[in-house]
Amino acid sequence: MNRTATTVQISSFKDFLIFMRSELKPKGKILTPFNLITGSIILLGALLILYRFFAGLGSVVHSSSEYPWGIWIGFIVMVGVAFAGGAYVTAFIVYVLRGEKYHSIVRMAVLNGFLAYVFYAGAILLDLGRWWNIANPLIGNRFGVNSVLFLVAWHFLLYMLAQLVEISPAFAEWLGLKKARKFLSSLTLGAVIVGITLSTLHQSGLGALFLMAKWKIHPLWYTEFIPLLFFVSSIYAGLAVVIFIGTISFRVFEKDRIDEEYKAAWDDIVIDLGKACAVTMFVYFFLQVLVLIHGKNWPLLNTGMGYWYLAELVGLLLLPGFLFSWGVRSGNPAPIRIAAVLTMLGVIINRVDYSIIAYKWYLPLSERYIPTVMEVVITLAIVFTMVWVFRWIVNRVPILKKPPQWAIEQEREEEGVERVVAYGPQLGVTMADGGSSIKREKKTR
Amino acid sequence: MGIDRRTFLKGLGTGAALAAPGCFSFPGKLEAAGPAANKEFMGVLVDTTRCVGCRTCEQACAEAHNLPAPDLNDATVFEKTRQTTETQWAVVNGFKTEKGELFAKKQCMHCNQPGCVAACPVKAMEKREEGPVTWDTNCIGCRYCMVSCPFDIPKFEHHSAAPKLQKCNLCWERLSKGEKPACVEACPAEALAFGPRRELIEEANRRIYKNSGEYFPHIYGEYEAGGTSYLYLSSVPFEKIGFRTDLGITAYPEYTKGFLYSVPVILLLWPAFLSGISAITKRKDEVRSKEGGKL
Repeated sequence: MNRTATTVQISSFKDFLIFMRSELKPKGKILTPFNLITGSIILLGALLILYRFFAGLGSVVHSSSEYPWGIWIGFIVMVGVAFAGGAYVTAFIVYVLRGEKYHSIVRMAVLNGFLAYVFYAGAILLDLGRWWNIANPLIGNRFGVNSVLFLVAWHFLLYMLAQLVEISPAFAEWLGLKKARKFLSSLTLGAVIVGITLSTLHQSGLGALFLMAKWKIHPLWYTEFIPLLFFVSSIYAGLAVVIFIGTISFRVFEKDRIDEEYKAAWDDIVIDLGKACAVTMFVYFFLQVLVLIHGKNWPLLNTGMGYWYLAELVGLLLLPGFLFSWGVRSGNPAPIRIAAVLTMLGVIINRVDYSIIAYKWYLPLSERYIPTVMEVVITLAIVFTMVWVFRWIVNRVPILKKPPQWAIEQEREEEGVERVVAYGPQLGVTMADGGSSIKREKKTR
Repeated sequence: MGIDRRTFLKGLGTGAALAAPGCFSFPGKLEAAGPAANKEFMGVLVDTTRCVGCRTCEQACAEAHNLPAPDLNDATVFEKTRQTTETQWAVVNGFKTEKGELFAKKQCMHCNQPGCVAACPVKAMEKREEGPVTWDTNCIGCRYCMVSCPFDIPKFEHHSAAPKLQKCNLCWERLSKGEKPACVEACPAEALAFGPRRELIEEANRRIYKNSGEYFPHIYGEYEAGGTSYLYLSSVPFEKIGFRTDLGITAYPEYTKGFLYSVPVILLLWPAFLSGISAITKRKDEVRSKEGGKL
């Protein structure tokens, strides 16, 4: 049952403090192996981050003027944003297409997307050499309007806000703020539409960043269609992550954090998501083949980098694509789960290729970028902190459980009013009488 | 109706609000597209057939910009092709060719339409009316200019807590005082010539015509990557003295232009399109519930 949400009645600031104090307490066992390992990595990472700010970027990362971007951009930002794609795809399905069946997972997907953006924005702060200037493109300490990165920065910020609006009703439910919830949920559809638009540009924009690195990226990866490829791959990347996170979440969270109906519906949803993945992956594969033929690059396939390219394309795109299809046809979620992991791996490699592996592929190994241990520790610390925050929120806020009763009623009421207004003429209801006929109409329902 | 006036206006408002920053992002006339009225890009012509590899230019560059002085007597520097660094904005490399040892100075090429300028989200990199590409302290340190430079020139101070992006600025501070770049002034062999880019191209062509056979008939930088303020002459094909000859003649900002143009289009059309779908699905739901069907 919804312990928190149904019982909470906050009438004063003091109540709020008492409520927050009880909520801040850990909800599960503290000394688990997972907590100990991730906790120590987070601690170590935090110390290294402090060190980085005092001693300069080069004291922590592999510094090379050949490779301007390491794993903080190439992995955390590039992969992180692609993995956050599940938020806009799921929001599109649920709020725009009104796929009510998938309502149970939309909050999980959006929360994951929102946290991903928050933490990866944090990673950008670490990676910026002159981080204290981070607000410059936003406050107009010169607007670099011709820059792809300028657009990416703006879309990053705006989309983060849109996601915050999308997820905010859940937090209002947690805090028992009825009026706020009513207002915030009225903004959802708008935020979703804005969010999908920004995501389209943001996902493709990350690819467009590489368009000027023309001779630096191996011709099998460099194409003028990088933005389109990044956008299409973010769809299946995001969905694969939703499958991955959902599968884990429905297993690891305690029973009172999860709605039984949601859990029962999950396997069926996995199969539908797998179907969407399979379709977009084949579209992506088709695009890749077109680009390959169009660029007349097939002789390059028979080189070292060519084998790497083929391994990515066949092993981590076609194979999971077929696994998805198999799972969908046989109605079996198991291959879909495996395919989701393979897909995620494929997207990681694809994004890392652009900024690291296929970037200046011709340099000898001694001159190539290899991340330092410190870089890797900080990267892991960021990912684990995100997992911790995700867990903290799911343990308290109705993400995987149904909203409290009052919120469900509020929603029904909203819908009711809308419908009554929409059918006004037939029902003899009018707005002109100050709403009394609407009230009357609602009572009779 | 599936869509009432308020919803319609809301959708329209969303589209317009999104379109506003979109118009803003129209590349339109690129900042670096050309010289301002009455001003021509200045440039430097490097005649590698005249260069003797004395590296006086390196020394002058270091002095002019308070960088560590290079050791001119150290001949081992020619053993390897060097790149510019954050403390060496200009380096002279030696190449053994069929016409003897040739030297080529390497520094920022000061493109007519620089990739770094188009890349910079805060216009810290700027193409000045006089020709130089300069860096400013409002830089956020994202290093996108390094990714986008066709000549791989900007260098980042990795080991500083307040790092700068370092590269040749064509002695912009001297240019604004009416002086020549330090390297040009210091060159004892007249291998470097400073002047309006247009005149330098004429001069370079004159040298090629007058001394037929002595020069490889090409001015590097006239068209490469859309044209650069630094221009080079050589007696051998340019790839033999360390130049990339596969850059093409397209100015680098052109590569992102298509994407940038599509941005306002998507910002305008997507919200309208999505609102349309939403209105249709909503109508469907309503019809279904009215007919007593399940939602």
